[in-house]
Amino acid sequence: MTTTTLAVLVPLLPFLGAAAGLLLGRTAPGFVRPLAVLPPLAALALAAIVAVRQGGEAAVDSATELTPTGSVPVELALHIDGFAALVAVLVAFVATCVQIYSTGYLRDDPRYPSYAALVSLFTSAMLLVVYSGDLIVLLVGWEVMGICSYFLVGHYWETPEARAASVKAFLVTKLGDVPFLIGLFALATDAGSFRITEVLSTVEHGGLHHPTLIALLLLAGVAGKSAQFPLHTWLPDAMAGPTPVSALIHAATMVAAGVYFTARLLPVFEASSAAMVVLAVMAAVTMAGSGLAALAQDDIKRVLAYSTIGQLGYMTGALAVGDRGAAVFHLLSHGAFKALLFLAAGVIIHASGTNSLAAMSRMGNLRASVPDAFWTMTVALLALAAIPPFSGFFSKESVLGAAEHAATEHTSHIPGAAGWIVLVAGLLTALLTAAYATRLWLLAFHGKGVEAPDHGRQPVAMNAVLWVLAVPSLALGGLAYRVLPDWFDGRDLTPTLTTSVLGTGVALVGGIVTYGAWRHTTALAARAPMGAVAAHPEGDAGLVEAEAIASHTPAYGDVASAADPADPGRLLLGPLHRHAATGFHLDAVYGALFVRPVLAAASLVRFLDREVVDTYVQGAGTLPRLLGAAVRRAQTGNLQTYVSALLAGTVVLTVAVLLVATGA
Amino acid sequence: MTLAATAATATAPLAATHTHGFLSPTGVEIAFLLVGLVTFGAALVTVTTKQLVHAALWLVVALGGIAVEYLLLTAEFIAWVQVLIYVGSVVVLLLFGLMLTKAPIGRSPDADSGNRWAALTVAVAAAAALVWVVVDAFRATWTDLDGPAAGSTAVTGASLFQNWVLPFEALSVLLLAALVGAIVLSRKSKAESSSPPVNSRPATGSSPSVPDSRNHTIGRKGAVEGNGPAGPNNPTEQEGAR
Amino acid sequence: MHLVYPAVLAALLFCTGLYGVLARRNAILVLMSVELMLNAVNLNLVAFDVWLSRTAEDKLHSGQALTLFTIAIAAAEIGIGLAIVLAVYRARGTSDIDKLRDTAEGHETDGPDSDPAGSDGNEPPAAEKAEATA
Repeated sequence: MTTTTLAVLVPLLPFLGAAAGLLLGRTAPGFVRPLAVLPPLAALALAAIVAVRQGGEAAVDSATELTPTGSVPVELALHIDGFAALVAVLVAFVATCVQIYSTGYLRDDPRYPSYAALVSLFTSAMLLVVYSGDLIVLLVGWEVMGICSYFLVGHYWETPEARAASVKAFLVTKLGDVPFLIGLFALATDAGSFRITEVLSTVEHGGLHHPTLIALLLLAGVAGKSAQFPLHTWLPDAMAGPTPVSALIHAATMVAAGVYFTARLLPVFEASSAAMVVLAVMAAVTMAGSGLAALAQDDIKRVLAYSTIGQLGYMTGALAVGDRGAAVFHLLSHGAFKALLFLAAGVIIHASGTNSLAAMSRMGNLRASVPDAFWTMTVALLALAAIPPFSGFFSKESVLGAAEHAATEHTSHIPGAAGWIVLVAGLLTALLTAAYATRLWLLAFHGKGVEAPDHGRQPVAMNAVLWVLAVPSLALGGLAYRVLPDWFDGRDLTPTLTTSVLGTGVALVGGIVTYGAWRHTTALAARAPMGAVAAHPEGDAGLVEAEAIASHTPAYGDVASAADPADPGRLLLGPLHRHAATGFHLDAVYGALFVRPVLAAASLVRFLDREVVDTYVQGAGTLPRLLGAAVRRAQTGNLQTYVSALLAGTVVLTVAVLLVATGA
Repeated sequence: MTLAATAATATAPLAATHTHGFLSPTGVEIAFLLVGLVTFGAALVTVTTKQLVHAALWLVVALGGIAVEYLLLTAEFIAWVQVLIYVGSVVVLLLFGLMLTKAPIGRSPDADSGNRWAALTVAVAAAAALVWVVVDAFRATWTDLDGPAAGSTAVTGASLFQNWVLPFEALSVLLLAALVGAIVLSRKSKAESSSPPVNSRPATGSSPSVPDSRNHTIGRKGAVEGNGPAGPNNPTEQEGAR
Repeated sequence: MHLVYPAVLAALLFCTGLYGVLARRNAILVLMSVELMLNAVNLNLVAFDVWLSRTAEDKLHSGQALTLFTIAIAAAEIGIGLAIVLAVYRARGTSDIDKLRDTAEGHETDGPDSDPAGSDGNEPPAAEKAEATA
C-alpha cells in the first residue's frame, strides 16, 4: 500500500475504534478492551511504517478537494515531513501505552467503554492534527481534541472538582481558539489557500501583509492549547481527571499540539520579530512561574502539571529562538518521560490511597510496595531534571544551545533579546525543575511513619507499561540527537559545552539544596501528623483516585496545597510559598476580571427579564383577566336581569335606527 | 309610509261623513278610549299589586276589557273566543297554579324582585319609543268601521276553513302535544304515585312526598330547601298534581 | 276610527306586560304578564286586520286568523308553563324566579344548562328554565 494510504489509515483506525466502542460499548462489553487497545496499536505500527518510509526525506504530500467552498478552498490534505512522522509515532505509542494502562487502572469503572472510546477519538484527532496538510482540517482535529479533553477531564463527574475543571479547561482553551480561528482566516486570505505548503511558500515570497497581527492571533490559540501564560490556568485543575488521561492529553500529546503547530508554521512567526519576542517573554514567564508553583503544590499530579507547563515553556522558548528541531526533540523526549511520570503517579496514588505528598511523606514503606513505580519514576525524574545521560538532558540542552546561539547573535532574523530571555529563564527553570523533582522523589518515596496500607499487587497492565515507557526516557536522547537532524531541519542538536555545564551544574545545585532542606524539615513531620487515605482501597485505581481528589479539599483545606511544616518547599520558597501555591493568584484575578462581571451581568439580565419584561407580559395578561372578572359579575343567574339588559339594548338600537332612518 | 298614504287616500271619500281630527272623535272612539283606559288601568294593577290572587282577578278585568275592544272593532268572533279561552280557561289555570304553589293569600311583600327599577326603565323607554313610532306612522290613518262586520263569525269561519286549514290542523297537533307534555311534566314519579285510586286518600296521604326523581335536583343546594317545605304534601295536592 | 287608538293601547299594554315579566318575583305572575303581552299583540293584529280588510288589501283576514292561532297557542303555552312551574315548585319548594340561579357564575351545575335568557323575550317560560326536564 502506498504511504498515503497508510497515512490515511493512521488517524482512521482509532476513529473507527472509537465509533465502534461508542456504539457497542453497552451491548457487547466483552469487545470493549480489544476495541480500546488494538486500533491504537495498529495505528502505531502503521505510523512507524510511514515514518520509516518517509525517512526524513521529501515530505509526503497529497490532497483532494471534497467540495468547492466558493472562495478559499478547503482540501483534505496530508503533509508528512520528518516532524509529522516522528510526532505521530510518539502519539500512537503513548496512546497505546495509555490504553493498555487504562485496562488496569479503570478495571471496574462502569463508564470504561465510553472512556476508552473517547481516548481513541482523541488519538484519532491528534493524529489528524499531526498529519494534516490543510489548516482547516487541522482545526477540526484541534477542536475535537478540545471536546474530548472536556469529556475525559470530567470523567469523575460525581466530584465537583472534575465538573468545574472540565468546563474551565474547555472555556479557557476556547478563549484562545477564537483568535486562532481569526488568525487562520487571515493567513488563508493572504495565502489564497489553507494548504500549509501554500502558506509557507507565500511567507517565503513575502506575501503576508500583517505578519505580526496574524502571528499574535495564532499565538493566542497556541497559548490556550499548550497552557502557556496567560492561558495556562486550566491545566493544574484538569488534574481532576483520571491519571491516564492526564498522561495522554495533558502531558504528551494535546498540550504538545500548540508547540507542534508553531513548529509546522514557524516561518509565519519568524516573519514578525515582535511576535518572536512576545513568544520568548511568554515562554520565560511560563517557565519561571510554573517552576516556583510546582515547588509549592501538595497534590502529586499538580506538581507534574506545573512541570508540564514549564517544559512546554522550554519548547516554546526553543521556537522563539527559531530552532524548531530542538523544540520537537524536547517534545518527543518530554512525551515519553512525562507520560511515564503520570502513569507512575497513578500507581503511587492507587497504592497509597491518597494524592497528597504530605500524607505520603508520613507513610513508611511506600517505596517497597510499588517497586516498579519507584524505579521507573526515578528514571523519569532524572530525565526531567536533565541529568546526563537521560533523554531529558539531550533535549533540554538542545533548547539551551539554540537559545545561546540566538543570544550571541549567530542566528539571522531572530532578535538577540529573545535568545537572552530564553537562556536566562531556561537556566533558572533548570534549577527549579531539579528542585521540585527532588522534592517529589523525597516526599513520595522516603517518607517515615505509619506503614503504607497494603492494597495488593498492582495490575500487570499498569506495571508493564511503566517499564515500556522507561526505555525511551532513558535512551531516546542519547541515541537520537545524532540522527534527528536528518529528519528535521538539519540543524545540529548536539549539546554544547557551555550550556551543558551550566545547565547540569544548576540542576545539581537545585537538587542538593532541596535535599538539604528536606533533611532539615523532615524531623518536623512526626510532630505534625496529617493525612487522609481513600476509603475503598480494594477498589480499582480510578475509584481510589476519585476519592483522593474529592477528599483533598476537606482534608487539607485547599485543592492544591497543604499546611505541612515538613514540606521542604516551604523552606525553599520562604515568603513566596503562599503565592506560589495558588499559582500566583492568577485564578483569583481572572475571577475578578471576567467571572464576576459575567455572573453579575447574567443576574442583571435575569432580573430584567423577570421583573421588567415579564411584568409587561404578565400585565398584558392581567388586564384581560380583570376585564373577564368584571364581565363575569354580570352572570348573576337572574333571568330577569338578563332579559332587561337585552330589551334595553333593543330599545336603544330601535331608537337609533329610527333616528337614522328619519334623517335626524 | 306608503301604506299610510294609501290608507289616507282610500279613506278620503269617507272624510265627508266623518270629521277627522283630534278634537272631535267619534262615539266609537270615545268608547274605545274609555274601555282602553280601564283595560290599561287593570293591567297596571295586575303587574303592580302585592296580592297575588288579586293580580289574577285584575287580569280578568284586563282581558275582558280587551274583549270589549274587539267588539268595538267589529271582530265579534274573536271577542267571544277571547272571553271563552282567556277569561274562561287561562285565568282559571293561573288560579290553579297559584293555589298549587301555595301562593300567599293577602299581601306578600316580596312580590316584586329587585330588578324592578331596571324593568321600569326599560318598560317606560320601550313604551315611549313604541308609542312615538306608532303615532308618527299612523297619524293620518283611519279605519272604516261602517258596513258589514269585518270579524263576524261567518266571515271568519269561511276565511279560516278556506284559506287557513293547514295551519289550523297544525295548531290542533300543537295543542295535542301541549296536552301530552303538560301531563307528562306534572306527573309524579312511579315509585310514589303508582296510580292510586282517587278514594284511597289515607294510603297516599301517609307516604312522604319525595321530590319527583325526574326532577333531578335532589341533593343540590336548591333542592335542600325544597325538601323541607315540600315534605308534608297533603293528599289533595298530590292528586291535583296528577 | 283613528288607527292610533288601538295601536297605542296595544303598545301600552305590551309595555305593561313587559314590566311585569321583568319585575315580578313569582313565576305565575310572570306568566300573567306574558298573557298581557300576548293580548296586546292580538289587539294589534285585529285592529290592523280590520283596517286592511276594509281597504280590500287583505282578503285573507290574516290578522284575525293569526289572532285565533295566537290565542290557541297562548292557551297551550300556559298549560305547559304551569306544569313546569309546578315541577319547579315540587323540586325546590319555591316558585321564585330569583332563586333559580343555576346559570350564575360559580354556581355548580350538573347537567346541560338551557341557554341563559338571551334567547327570546316574547314567549319565554322564563321562570321554568331551571332544568326541569321531563
